[in-house]
Amino acid sequence: MPELVKFKLNDKELTAEKGTLLIEAARQNGVEIPAFCYYPGLSLQAACRMCLVDIEKRPKLATACTEPVMEGMVVWSDNEKIHTARKTTLEFLLTNHPLDCPVCDKGGECELQDMVFRYGAGGSRFVEEKLHVPEQKWSPVVYYDAPRCILCYRCIRICNEGMGVGALGLNYRGVNSEIVPNKGDHLECEECGMCIDICPVGALTSGAYRYQTRPWEMTYVATPCAHCGDGCKVTLSVRNNQIMRGNNRDASGLNGEFLCIKGRYGYDFTHSAERITKPRVRKNDELVECTWTEAIAAAAAGLKAAKTHGVIGSTHTTNEENFFLQKFARQGLKTPHIDHRRSADFPALMDALAGRPATPSALATSRDVLEAPAVLLIGNNPTDQHPMLAWNIRTAVRLRKQHLYIVNRASIPLVAQAEAAKIAKAGEEIEELERFRDALAKEKDVVIIFGSEVKGADITKLVAFGDTLPGHTRYIALADNANSRGAVDMGVLPDLGPGYQPAAQAGMALDEMLAGNLEAFLIVGANPARRYLIQAGKAFVVVQDMFLTETAQIADVLLPSAGPYEKGGTVTNTYGEVQRQKLGLLVNGAKTDLEILSLIARAMGFDLGAANAATQSNEVFEEIRRSVKGYNIAAAALWTGSAVPAVTLNGAVPHRDRPDLIASSNDTLFTSGTLGRYCSALSAVAEAKERKNPEGIGK
Amino acid sequence: MTFSAPLEKRFARMLQSYPQKRSALVPMLMYAQDEVGSLTDEVIAEIADRLGVTVLQVNEVIGYYSMMHKKPLGQYHVQVYTNISCMLRGGFKVWDHARKTLGIGHKQVDADGRFSLEEVECIGSCCWAPAMQVNYDYHHNVTPESFDRVINELKKGGGQ
Repeated sequence: MPELVKFKLNDKELTAEKGTLLIEAARQNGVEIPAFCYYPGLSLQAACRMCLVDIEKRPKLATACTEPVMEGMVVWSDNEKIHTARKTTLEFLLTNHPLDCPVCDKGGECELQDMVFRYGAGGSRFVEEKLHVPEQKWSPVVYYDAPRCILCYRCIRICNEGMGVGALGLNYRGVNSEIVPNKGDHLECEECGMCIDICPVGALTSGAYRYQTRPWEMTYVATPCAHCGDGCKVTLSVRNNQIMRGNNRDASGLNGEFLCIKGRYGYDFTHSAERITKPRVRKNDELVECTWTEAIAAAAAGLKAAKTHGVIGSTHTTNEENFFLQKFARQGLKTPHIDHRRSADFPALMDALAGRPATPSALATSRDVLEAPAVLLIGNNPTDQHPMLAWNIRTAVRLRKQHLYIVNRASIPLVAQAEAAKIAKAGEEIEELERFRDALAKEKDVVIIFGSEVKGADITKLVAFGDTLPGHTRYIALADNANSRGAVDMGVLPDLGPGYQPAAQAGMALDEMLAGNLEAFLIVGANPARRYLIQAGKAFVVVQDMFLTETAQIADVLLPSAGPYEKGGTVTNTYGEVQRQKLGLLVNGAKTDLEILSLIARAMGFDLGAANAATQSNEVFEEIRRSVKGYNIAAAALWTGSAVPAVTLNGAVPHRDRPDLIASSNDTLFTSGTLGRYCSALSAVAEAKERKNPEGIGK
Repeated sequence: MTFSAPLEKRFARMLQSYPQKRSALVPMLMYAQDEVGSLTDEVIAEIADRLGVTVLQVNEVIGYYSMMHKKPLGQYHVQVYTNISCMLRGGFKVWDHARKTLGIGHKQVDADGRFSLEEVECIGSCCWAPAMQVNYDYHHNVTPESFDRVINELKKGGGQ
C-alpha cells in the first residue's frame, strides 16, 4: 500500500498518496486547479503560472504543479488572492493574444477560451497595439501562429520527451519569445502532429484541417486506424460525409494520446479522386463500367465456370470479411487454395507456445509493453513500422525506467533509449541473444518483441531462449497492417482454418497459386500483382478493391469496395487485441467487401449465411465468437470501445513452415503499402522522399 | 572545426568541469565568439556536437542572451545602458550622443567594421550610472564628453 498523507485543501481534510503533486491531489479530490503548461507524463515546467495556490506559512503563492503534497499541508486554491492572481495571469496572456476566436481553429475547444470564461476578467485594461507576427508554414501539415502562443512549452516537451525527436525549441525572450522549428523556417521531423494536438490554444494548427470547419459542426467517430498493425484509435471528425480531421484528444484508445502521421493525416485516401465507385467488367479487353447487377452476375458466372479457384485475402479488411472469405472459399467454391500476404509468422509462434495457459498469457498486449520492466526487441524498426510501439517503449523507458535490449541488423532510432544494443548479421539474431543472457536473467519479466526477421524454426529457438529466463516471458510478433493478425486468426491461410485449426485439406500458398494453372482468382483488397507476375487473360480474375491497383487493372470483374472508415466490423492488431471498427461515413457507389461477397455467394447459390446487408457484420461476428477458438471475447467490452485480447493459444498448430513467404513491406512513417500511395498527405511532407528503413530490416 | 590551441585546451578542461557536459554551453559560446568574431553556423554545429545537444538547443540559448551574436560585431562593441538607474542619471543623453557620434544605430556596425553599437539594459553598475561597456571594459559616470574621450582613445588604437 502506498503511504497516504493528510492535507487540507480549502478547509477540507483530504488524503493523497505521498509524493503526489498538489495539482493532481486536488484533481483526485474533485477540485480543479487550472493549468496550461502542466501535462501528466511530461516534465514539469511551471511556466504558465495558472496553478498558483496559497500555502500556509508561505509568503508567496506557489505553483501546485511542482509542489508535492506533504503531511499536514494547508492549502487554499479558491480565495481572493488566488482569484486575483489567475485574473492577472490571464490578463498577461491576453496582452498579445489576438482575439480571433471566431475564425481560429481552436475556437470552441480552446483551453485559453475556457480559462478566461471561468477565471478571467470581464474587461481588458490593455489599450496598446498588439505585437503581431505573420503565421508560418513549417510543413504541409504543421502551421504556427506565434501571436496565439502562450508559451506553455507543451509542444517542445512532447517532441523532446514523448517523440524523442526534439524538433521544436524556444527562441528569443520575453514578449518576443516564440517557438521555432529545428530547420530555421521549417520542420524536419516525424510530422506526427503531436504538437498540434497538445497545443492548448490555436498556435499550432494542422495543414489538413485549418480554417475548414468549427469543432461543434462535426460528428466524432473513434475507430482503429487503417494503416499499420498497432491498431491505434483515431477519432475521425466527420462533416457532410467528409473526414475533416483525425486526432485523438480524448485519449480513449490503447494509444493514449499518441498518433503518428498516418493516423492523423492518412485518412485522405477515403476521399481520393482515384477511388473507384462503379463496378467494371472486361469487354473486348477493356474494363467497362456497368451496374452492380451485371458485375455480380459476371463474377458469379466466371467463378462458376472455372474448375479450380485461388482466393487471396487482405490485411486491411475486417475479421468478419476475412472469416466470410475463407468460408466462401472452403465451403462455397470448395477450394483449399486461400492465402494472403504474410508479414509475421503467427502460426509458428502459437505452435511454439502450445500448451501454455491462457492466464497469465505468454502473449503480450500493447499495454504490457508500457508496463514491462524489460523489453527485448529483435529486428524491425518500430519508429517507422510500429510508431505506437516505439512511443510506448520511449514512455516506459522515460517514466518507468524500463530496460530495452535491441538486436538488429542495423542501428535503429530506438537505440537511443536502449540499455544495450547489438548489431547482428542476417539470420544470426537468435545466436546474438546469448550476449544478453546474463543481463536478461537479472530482469524480472521480459517482453520479447520480434519483426518478420524472426520466423519459422527461429521462433522455436527464440521461445526456448525465453523459457530459460527466470521471469514470466511474453511475446509479440510484429505484422505490417491493420488486420494482418486478423487475417491469420481468421484462417486466410492454405494450411490453417480459423483459430489456428488445421484446414480440412491443405491448399496452395500465395506464390504457388499465382505460379500455377488455376482457372479463376478471387482477390479481395490485396495487390499481389505488385510482387508477382499474374498473367492476364489466362485465368478469370475477380478483384474487390478501392483503387485501380496493378491487380485491379488485370481484373475481369472489378468491384469497388468500401474503405475501412466506411464500415463496421472488428479488426485485430498485431498484439492480438480485437477492436470494433465503426462506420464513419459512406462513400457513394462502394459496397463493403462483406456485402459484395454475400452478393456473389447468393448469385452462385451458396448458403453461407449473412444475407442481410445491414446486420451481416454483426451476424458474422457472432459466428466468429461461437466458432473461432480464442475469439469468444466479451462483446460488451468490445462494443463500448475497448480493445479485448483474443486468446489464440490453443495447443499445437500443425502448420507448414514457409519462412520465405514472410516479409515486411518495410513501410516508413510516410508509406503504407498500396494504400499509402493514395494518401496525399503522407507523400506531401518533405521527409517522405528521404526516409528509408535501414538496410536488411524486415526480410 | 578546431579552435586555437589555447582555446582547445580551455575547452578540454571545461568539459571535465561540470557534472553534465552541456553545462559548458554558455562559456564555450562566449569564448568561441571572442575568438571567431561571431557565432557562425559552423561554430554552432561544432559546439552542439561536442556537448551532445542539438543545433536547435544551442540556438535557443543564443536567442535568449543578448551578448551572443550570430553576425560579426565591430572591433569595438559599444554598449550603452539605459535602464532605470542609468536613465535617471542621463543614460539617454549618452545614448543619443553615441548614435550621433558613431553614426550608427542600435545593433548596427559602422562601415569599416570598427565600431558597433547596442542599447542594453543593465550591468549592475547603478551606483556609478550612467554606465557603458566597450567589449569587456566598463566605463562609469559616462557623459557625452567622457564618451568622446573613450572613443578617441580607441580610434588611436587603445583598449583591448
